[in-house]
Amino acid sequence: MLSEYSVEDRKGSSPGRTKFMLGGLLIVLAVIYLIASATQAAAQYYLTIDELIAKGDSFGDRDIKVSGAVDGESIVYDAKSLTLRFTAVNVPADLSEIEAAGGLAKVLYTALRDPNASRIEIEYIGPKPDLLRHEAQAIVTGRMGSDGVFHADELLLKCPTRYEGEIPIQSDES
Amino acid sequence: MQSGLDFQPGPYIRRQDEYCQWLKGGFLNTFVVPNIGLFSLFLAFLVAIYAAVAAVFGVRQQNPKWIESGRAAMLLTFPLLSIACVALIFLLVTGRYEFKYVASVTSDTMPTYLRITSLWGGQAGSLLFWSWLMAAFTGAVGLRKWDRDREFLPWVILVTMGTLAFFLLLVVFIENPFARLWQSLDGSQIAAPFRPRGAVPLFPSDGIGLNPLLRHLGMIIHPPMLYLGFVSYVIPYAFAIAALATGRTDARWIKLTRRWSLVAWLFLSLGLILGGRWAYDVLGWGGYWGWDPVEIAALMPWLAGTAFLHSVMIQEKRGILKHWNMLLIILTYALVIFGTFLTRSGVLSSVHAFAQSAMGPLFLGFIGVTFISSVALLIHRWSDLKGENHLDSVISRESLFLLNNLLFMGILVICFWGVLFPLISELFTGQKVTVGPIFYKRATAPLWGGILLLMGIAPLSVYGRTSWQRLGSALWKPALAALIFEFILVVQGVRSIAALIGYGLAAFVAFVTLYEFWRGTKARRKRHKESFPTALWRMARRNRRRYGGYVIHLGIVLMAFGIIGIEMFQTETQATLAQGEQLTLGRYTMVFDSLSEWDTNEGRNVARAVVQIYREDKFLGELYPRRDFYYASQQSMTIPGVRSTLEDDFYVLLVGWEPIAAQGTTFKVYHNPLVNFIWMGGFVFILGTLVAAWPERESLPSRKRVSTRGALMRA
Repeated sequence: MLSEYSVEDRKGSSPGRTKFMLGGLLIVLAVIYLIASATQAAAQYYLTIDELIAKGDSFGDRDIKVSGAVDGESIVYDAKSLTLRFTAVNVPADLSEIEAAGGLAKVLYTALRDPNASRIEIEYIGPKPDLLRHEAQAIVTGRMGSDGVFHADELLLKCPTRYEGEIPIQSDES
Repeated sequence: MQSGLDFQPGPYIRRQDEYCQWLKGGFLNTFVVPNIGLFSLFLAFLVAIYAAVAAVFGVRQQNPKWIESGRAAMLLTFPLLSIACVALIFLLVTGRYEFKYVASVTSDTMPTYLRITSLWGGQAGSLLFWSWLMAAFTGAVGLRKWDRDREFLPWVILVTMGTLAFFLLLVVFIENPFARLWQSLDGSQIAAPFRPRGAVPLFPSDGIGLNPLLRHLGMIIHPPMLYLGFVSYVIPYAFAIAALATGRTDARWIKLTRRWSLVAWLFLSLGLILGGRWAYDVLGWGGYWGWDPVEIAALMPWLAGTAFLHSVMIQEKRGILKHWNMLLIILTYALVIFGTFLTRSGVLSSVHAFAQSAMGPLFLGFIGVTFISSVALLIHRWSDLKGENHLDSVISRESLFLLNNLLFMGILVICFWGVLFPLISELFTGQKVTVGPIFYKRATAPLWGGILLLMGIAPLSVYGRTSWQRLGSALWKPALAALIFEFILVVQGVRSIAALIGYGLAAFVAFVTLYEFWRGTKARRKRHKESFPTALWRMARRNRRRYGGYVIHLGIVLMAFGIIGIEMFQTETQATLAQGEQLTLGRYTMVFDSLSEWDTNEGRNVARAVVQIYREDKFLGELYPRRDFYYASQQSMTIPGVRSTLEDDFYVLLVGWEPIAAQGTTFKVYHNPLVNFIWMGGFVFILGTLVAAWPERESLPSRKRVSTRGALMRA
């Protein structure tokens, strides 16, 4: 039935052509739908701690990504229940802003010494990562609980002092 | 947490007298070798530019001498870059840490083979390595017989040497692997090939060393494979541009580069599979593919290349889709350059570090210029590329291939959207929003399913038109077999609809493909009175491309089984255990036996646990999950203990412990069903590609016969 369209017709106006156009359009629409619905479902907002405190409620159940400087003294870990808690201090998320302030290491250093900087408590269930230490940058994904503690499902850490910096050279002249 | 932190990597500046002493012994090493390398590198850059200019000038003047000179220059880039690579390897192996690249990727504790492979362990070296491969491939192209295709030559030279010149520009002026370390007057550390005014040379006594995560066989082979794939794709692109520029827009360029694109695809696929294996073995998160931008950057050219691979067959057979193929190869090339740009930025340094250098804008500028000028050229030749035939039936082979192309493009668009979404959202809403793996899984899964379905139907369709009846009669047996397979799964207790759909489709493809092998062999057996294996062997040899393709499809089926298995049925748990305590996951039980910790003499602290694995009270063996901590780079690496069978993997990670063992040791445990089907499928997949790409024995004059026979095969 479908195969009965003429091979001779080369003008491109045959019903067969329309069928292909429609088919193609259908696929394009399907891809657009898939992108839109998956984006809806999987979008994670990337906030600073300041923003989270200011408008954290407006995101509902949605996953939020937050980055902050780790306060080393606040780290409490219970190995039996795998419960990890620590306080994170607000740092800017914008790369150019970090650059202007003298790099990530500098930003983390000053944030932790600023008594007016906003902080949140973060709880994470899982093993304590090696990189979790004072002045590391923590990037957590999760939700703000009603108890005012941020419950993280994912914890990523960055220690900017190594690797991004210079070749470590110590002078032995002294 | 780590004991023995008193270890110091100990880099220091040598004193003046010590330095002079050392210079005398190292004159050859410090000055002659690197300067030869630097010089050849710079010369290669000039030669590449000359080749491109001479080729174009030759076309303008219609003077073959200039073109021939351009070709000679093109051939010269390979030896020049080989010298540069050898010089750099020499510096890496002998540990000349006064060179920034050497200091950042090697250290005293690294064995020689790792020092050699450090050539592609960092950005500057990888770019040089990329250029070297590019020069090798263009050299191979330059040496071929050009008699029949002489008009393509200058344009191929222009495109390949233009690309090479761009990469060498980066290597020479921005990321020079021969840059030395200097201390400037204000005390800051700088890297430059020559002494900046007033600067003092620095001589670190040891380097940082290759990122320990990259010291794995998979990661040593993975980048070169990916690069080989990337670089090979430049060749079909160069011929496509040559076809557009000369107006010789028949399928000749496709025929000439058929093997190049298959080889490119082979290496790219191999690179992706090895990357997955490396992630599974080394990264310690129980997975093999995390949908991060770097992985996606390598996947995108593969998607475009796969679509290209399929649609060129249609152009060869039917003379249609000519515009589409041009567009696909242009896109593939752009994505290859984009992939090179992203893969190196993500692994070693952060995107943040990348934005600081001039690399980003240069890359994006280069991609923009080549893409826009290629598309402009395509539009200029638009009317010459008119199809010789017409798409007639919706269920003809060409329509199904076109559909397959659209699905691959759909996945590509999804990937692109996922990578760009944070930028777009920040631009329009001021709010940074990212999408995680769930986005990619949800959005691409239906399209992967569609591709699987097509993989089952398309091989049974014919060119021109297929009647539903004919298709139905070919399909019903495999479809019935797939249904029976589904029924068995349901009886076995599989209830997930998505898994059932996925397994059903995969099984369908497997049955169709095997049925095709069986039908073909049976027919040949009848005709030639051969035994079954002989008939199978000869049939496959007669039409390597087709049966190689089928083997690739079988590989994909196996991988699909593995992917569905681990994605849908992976389970995990974690617990802190004291010695002798146990944890249970599914049918497996793990008992924590002991933990030991020690320093190795190559600057590593190892913590290794011994656990016993039982399944339903039957002792299976011991596993040794490990954590290696590298003092020099302050990086740790979690190496899982894995008990691997065809059915499943039991994957144990050592994630935390207290030195005094009072509190116990924390383990994270994964049960990964069918994961080995991924690696097995990958193996079959590569085998199939080799079959399809293997050179035919026929020499040039008989080529015509081959192609007519190919056309007859479809009858």
